[in-house]
Amino acid sequence: MGKTLFDKVWDAHVVDSIENGPQVLYIDTHLIHEVTSPQAFNELEERNIPIFRPNQIVATADHNTPTLDQHLPIKDVLSRNQLKQLSENCNKHGIRLYELGHKYNGIVHVMAPELGITQPGKTLVCGDSHTSTHGAFGAIAFGIGTSQVAQVFASQCLLLTKPKSLRVTVNGTLKKGVLPKDVILYIISQIGTNAGTGYFCEYAGEVFERMSMEGRMTVCNMSIEMGARGGMIAPDETTFNYVKGRKFAPKDETFDKKVAYWKTLATDSDAIFDKEYTFDASEIEPMITYGTHPGMGIKISEIIPKIDDPSFRKSLDYMGFKAGESMLNKPINYVFLGSCTNSRIEDFRMAAHFIKGKQKAKNVTAWLVPGSKQVEAQIEAEGLKAVFEAAGFELRQPGCSACLAMNDDKIPAGEYCVSTSNRNFEGRQGQGARTILASPLVAAATAIEGKIIDITQHLN
Amino acid sequence: MEKFTKLTSTAIPLEVENVDTDQIIPARFLKATDKEGFGDNVFRDWRFTKEGKLNENFILNNPNYRGSILVTGTNFGCGSSREHAAWALVGYGFKVVVSSFFADIFKGNSLNNGLLPVQVSKQFLALILTRLKENPNTQITVDLENQTISILETTLSESFDIDPYKKMCMIYGYDDIDYLLSKKDQIEAFEAQKI
Repeated sequence: MGKTLFDKVWDAHVVDSIENGPQVLYIDTHLIHEVTSPQAFNELEERNIPIFRPNQIVATADHNTPTLDQHLPIKDVLSRNQLKQLSENCNKHGIRLYELGHKYNGIVHVMAPELGITQPGKTLVCGDSHTSTHGAFGAIAFGIGTSQVAQVFASQCLLLTKPKSLRVTVNGTLKKGVLPKDVILYIISQIGTNAGTGYFCEYAGEVFERMSMEGRMTVCNMSIEMGARGGMIAPDETTFNYVKGRKFAPKDETFDKKVAYWKTLATDSDAIFDKEYTFDASEIEPMITYGTHPGMGIKISEIIPKIDDPSFRKSLDYMGFKAGESMLNKPINYVFLGSCTNSRIEDFRMAAHFIKGKQKAKNVTAWLVPGSKQVEAQIEAEGLKAVFEAAGFELRQPGCSACLAMNDDKIPAGEYCVSTSNRNFEGRQGQGARTILASPLVAAATAIEGKIIDITQHLN
Repeated sequence: MEKFTKLTSTAIPLEVENVDTDQIIPARFLKATDKEGFGDNVFRDWRFTKEGKLNENFILNNPNYRGSILVTGTNFGCGSSREHAAWALVGYGFKVVVSSFFADIFKGNSLNNGLLPVQVSKQFLALILTRLKENPNTQITVDLENQTISILETTLSESFDIDPYKKMCMIYGYDDIDYLLSKKDQIEAFEAQKI
């Protein structure tokens, strides 16, 4: 029987297997940030264990950073302390850190691919569930808890039971206005938020083959929202072209040798998956969520379903919506364009293309937050910043921002926010805030109109 | 890590599905750099109103329900990988969480903190919830060695699965670091031959 992409990468990293138990999996790259690493550093220090491979760790500050006035000292004492600890820990152990203000600083899942740290065939972990993003390159990448961060610090390995395999295939051609975000929101709305639990997912088919790396990252990013620890896409020319020439990418002959290896990673035609789902691209339309988990999504023109279930009712009560009503024309006062799901250059190009020549609605507060310093610079270099500013938008500085609202970027209680982020959980964007997930295009349109519109009617 | 073998306790029924880790511990409490104090803020925004008053309708604030077992709806612990969620539950005093389904990362984080996730069938979960609603003093026994969960003074019982290695870790209080450090030579040998 043939092997899957996942099998090939996993099997190449197994150091040892415990009988009737987990396997010791070698981790090539460990990404860390300020929120989930301090307790792991403390643990090693308390137990007098050295960091095993500091040169395989890369750190950034992103979760708890301000998106305005980054050159000034951080006002919040706890946030400031957390960043200080990260810097001290990295200095002490010789770990490469792209701290706040550095030209390579950014959201960990944006800056690492951008620097060529993320490569096909690698194993990569981070104390953040959206580490699944990096699977877009054909890497095994997944989020871990802080105990596991400490394990990787100590041994560059993790004890893991090999997950089952799942494949989601989408063939055909996407309709106009349907973005990678819509594809993944559609998949999750169809299969549910726990369909992937215990599985590693591979995305296959024409839709993903034709997608840019940015789009693939958006899709893989949200694998965890269907419960899958990770999502992967077979590396191809799109992948190789993206990686080539980046700061940490292999160079010259080494690169060619790597490409030859990366080409062998695709799933064999006779490989069998434990679970498979297949969709047709023509079924997918621009999506919007109405509830408090990412599986509660509908096509933007559909109505909120009627489901007789206490958790469903609790969710709609929180959102202030009724079963059977449409999401169209709902007035919206907040729009967030950012997060590790949708803060890459393509997302801002898409938004700018729609916004150009229009004006932001007066009732809307819109936060445009680039994923990294490099994206920020590119937005300016491509003239997109000027487009946003002419339309009344403000571009902020990079970070996780209102996706999890750890910093000051909080949506007020009761307000709706159309957000390009990944989670619409209760209070995710601020206590009492109500999140509506959508693509960058739908978010841009909402900011212009001040309400949710059927974007398919506004595309020329 | 604290050892776990067997526990008999009353339990708290949290009848909500898809409880995500943002509910267990909201992001604004993740600024600490140690593991202390998270228990005070477990389910913060369900326990307290926006004005900071105790939400009397929330089960953790119901004086009739006490205990170190949390019984909850399917897909518990989904969302963020924050281990702070496990620290918060342990800090509050929970030693066992019972559900019909656990999210992956949360399950691992719990096991790494001596908090036992017990996955039961939907039917058995419904049974426990009904019993707890009828009688808040219902006692539940979780026996890790025999992998059983039983409702005391009844014949109602079910067995549960756990990875044999993780079971051993829980019983003896070992963690993965101890094991991985013992494999150092093999890890170095692996690195030497890696492409």
